[in-house]
Amino acid sequence: MVRNMIDPSAAPAGTRLLYSGNEAVARAVWESGVRLATAYPGTPSTEILETLALYPDLTAQWGVNEKVALEAAIGAALAGGRAFCAMKHVGVNVASDALMSQTLAGINAGLVLAVADDVGLSSSQNEQDSRYWGRFAHLPVIEPADAQEALAFTKMAFEISELFGTPVILRMTTRVCHVKTLVEVGERKEPQERSFIRDPRRWVMLPVHAREMIPRQFEREKALSAFGDTSELNTEFPGSDRSIGIVSSGPAALSAREAAPDTPLLKLGFSCPLPLERIRAFAQSVDQVLVVEETEPLIENELKAAGLAVHGKDVLPRTGELSVPLIRSAVARLKGEPEVASEASEAAPSLFPRPPTLCPGCPHLSPFYSLSKLHDKVIVSGDIGCYTLGAGQPWRSMDLCTCMGASLSMAGGLSVAKGPGDEDKSIVAVIGDSTFLHMGLQGMLNLVYNNANVTVLLLDNRSTGMTGGQEHPGTGYNLYGETTPRVDLVGLVKALGVPEDRVFEIDPYALPEMYKTLRNETRREGVSVIVTNRPCVLTSRHKAGGALTVDEDRCTGCGNCLAVGCPAIEVVRREERVLASGKTRELSFVRIDSAFCTGCGVCAEVCGPKAIQPLAQVKAGALETEGA
Amino acid sequence: MSTLADRASGSEKGAAMTDRVTNILLTGIGGQGVLTAAELLAATAVAEGFDVKKTEVAGMAQRGGVVTSHVRMGQKVLAPAIAPGEGDFLISFEVAEALRAAPMLRKGATIVVSDLVMKPPVVHQGLFPYPDDPVAELRRQGWAVRAIPARAIAERLGNVRLINTIMLGGLSDLLPFEGAILRAQVVDRFRVRKPALAELNAQAFDAGRDACLAGV
Ligand code: SF4
Ligand code: SF4
Repeated sequence: MVRNMIDPSAAPAGTRLLYSGNEAVARAVWESGVRLATAYPGTPSTEILETLALYPDLTAQWGVNEKVALEAAIGAALAGGRAFCAMKHVGVNVASDALMSQTLAGINAGLVLAVADDVGLSSSQNEQDSRYWGRFAHLPVIEPADAQEALAFTKMAFEISELFGTPVILRMTTRVCHVKTLVEVGERKEPQERSFIRDPRRWVMLPVHAREMIPRQFEREKALSAFGDTSELNTEFPGSDRSIGIVSSGPAALSAREAAPDTPLLKLGFSCPLPLERIRAFAQSVDQVLVVEETEPLIENELKAAGLAVHGKDVLPRTGELSVPLIRSAVARLKGEPEVASEASEAAPSLFPRPPTLCPGCPHLSPFYSLSKLHDKVIVSGDIGCYTLGAGQPWRSMDLCTCMGASLSMAGGLSVAKGPGDEDKSIVAVIGDSTFLHMGLQGMLNLVYNNANVTVLLLDNRSTGMTGGQEHPGTGYNLYGETTPRVDLVGLVKALGVPEDRVFEIDPYALPEMYKTLRNETRREGVSVIVTNRPCVLTSRHKAGGALTVDEDRCTGCGNCLAVGCPAIEVVRREERVLASGKTRELSFVRIDSAFCTGCGVCAEVCGPKAIQPLAQVKAGALETEGA
Repeated sequence: MSTLADRASGSEKGAAMTDRVTNILLTGIGGQGVLTAAELLAATAVAEGFDVKKTEVAGMAQRGGVVTSHVRMGQKVLAPAIAPGEGDFLISFEVAEALRAAPMLRKGATIVVSDLVMKPPVVHQGLFPYPDDPVAELRRQGWAVRAIPARAIAERLGNVRLINTIMLGGLSDLLPFEGAILRAQVVDRFRVRKPALAELNAQAFDAGRDACLAGV
């Protein structure tokens, strides 16, 4: 699939292109002569590896999770080839086991770990500041502010990695990853050739070896700090108004420059370990220092600990993006000037929300419709993927969701400790195929091993849907679209110990069977697994059926089909009707937007009067009548 | 290596040239082509020698959520995104979405809005009302509104996918470069990718522009 797309390496050095930060990093990885690039998809980092798949001269691989992706990259770096690994911020939590120990051993060829922080939480379960990992793992952190810097800094990161024998963290944020700007691309340079160095004292982390490495790690950190003091990655911008000096990093530094163009600015591209001497000298040249950083007060606290009286989160928010007006008003406050009122209109008008929702014909519609019908009889432990949207309207059928793979393990805990008030409730875990293979396997094993009472809905849509349909071992294709052995999920859960008669492969478009199986299994003791088998409708694997339509004469306005939650179903008319009992009931008469309907047929299965019919059939019928 | 420092020398010069950054917002629903329209604006500005930053948050956009693109162009553009209250223009591909994005604009900003209505499932499910007359509400709020009957124009030209081009035409006389240059960019893009549609898009662009010049 991707093989026949344009090869971006064809753009000669010196060409200026409109690139996102992610595209720029990919180009830099190629220019740096990397041998292996790995990642697990995650917003906002996903496009780095997708772009790398278009480049020659290197191998790009989806890892099944961030930990194995990083470990594969570490292996390549130890073998002597430059290596690169990308992930979103929460991915590092998963990969940290490898990171925390490899930092002691160091590396052979250059290794750069790109981490993309979702500042402002556009598509994540939390907002965490990955610069902490630099402090925790004693690793250098490099922070580009835009795509041009992303290219230049990534190349520098490989140099620094080899110079100091350490992995380097390239810290990006959404506003670097997804912002396009002009980038001048460079030349590809083959790195120095290296081979594996057989030296168990260095690579085998026995306590006796690791202990010896600790002092070296601290020496390395000291040397890195001195490097930062003179590094060209840290730059100073002059300003005539020396009443304040700003210390900043990443895209926030650009916003700070725009907000206060006359204020001196020290922009830290190499922000960990802090170039303390450089900052001290800068601080002496201004009356007071304001630290502008996203998101935690990390530089601020370290400067305070070093004895510098600085401002930061006392005048700036501690979460979200630091926009120009926020910085402008922080500067004004410190100067004792009146704040310039923002032109932003007061409150946004009260408008309906437009939350993301499941697609028309999404194979997750019927599982969530079924769960919503069992609402009072189940507690639903959810996971991360498109199906997390099942927590929203109209299903409201997800009660918890914490992190990748946790649905299964947390369900196990729920089933053991549920209180007397929940005696009649069964525990259901919902997880998708990619998430299951990422981190759910162990949770599944844990349920079986501890004989839990949990019904597992394994929603296999043969794609990593949420991030745009990436491949994984369960799809049978790799990043390049080449075929690979496809994991047999049904066989796998049986192999983990789920009894033969408790594993069900269900067509989610067959709603009655879906519902019945789910209801029956939640009433049983032990572990059951229901695996669905329809692909995500946005992938090429999905074959749409003919659109359906609503026969107006038959539609009674009961609104049952609206509970399916398909966005192709629209209400055309509402009516109040007084029932025989004297109560009034609101009726909703519907139509189906044939441009969106994929013909899955789920809505037709909940329609009592059979008003929902294939459009082709109705049309044909209409023609016949007209002809008659 | 080109770092911010090298490029900033240009920026100081740019500032002396009293250059203003133009901030354009584009909003709509995932799948409507907001990103492509923003891409076209950005590419045209680049071709005209502007510094450009283009960004969007589209994490879950494919699932029927709101997509908003920011395009900033000028001699030198620093901050990556348009701050609330600093947008100069808004193109809204769906009529009510203009109300959601309007607080991002500065006073006196212009809104180019399509007549397309796309009610989300929560409205169909009866949980929230859809505003009766979003355009009237926008006017009441004091914005300069260009309400383009984009859907009707597109239907007249025979392809609803033309709405994006019609909307770009509607903004074309307000940009910091000649509208004809944007038109050429749009037509070229189609010539390369879907040559059969190039001429139709040229007509759509003109129709959007003419509707605005005639006053809508
Ligand atoms: S058949 Fe019904 S549920 Fe399926 S996509 Fe069409 S309208 Fe939606
Ligand atoms: S992208 Fe695929 S899995 Fe996600 S909501 Fe749409 S159809 Fe469902």
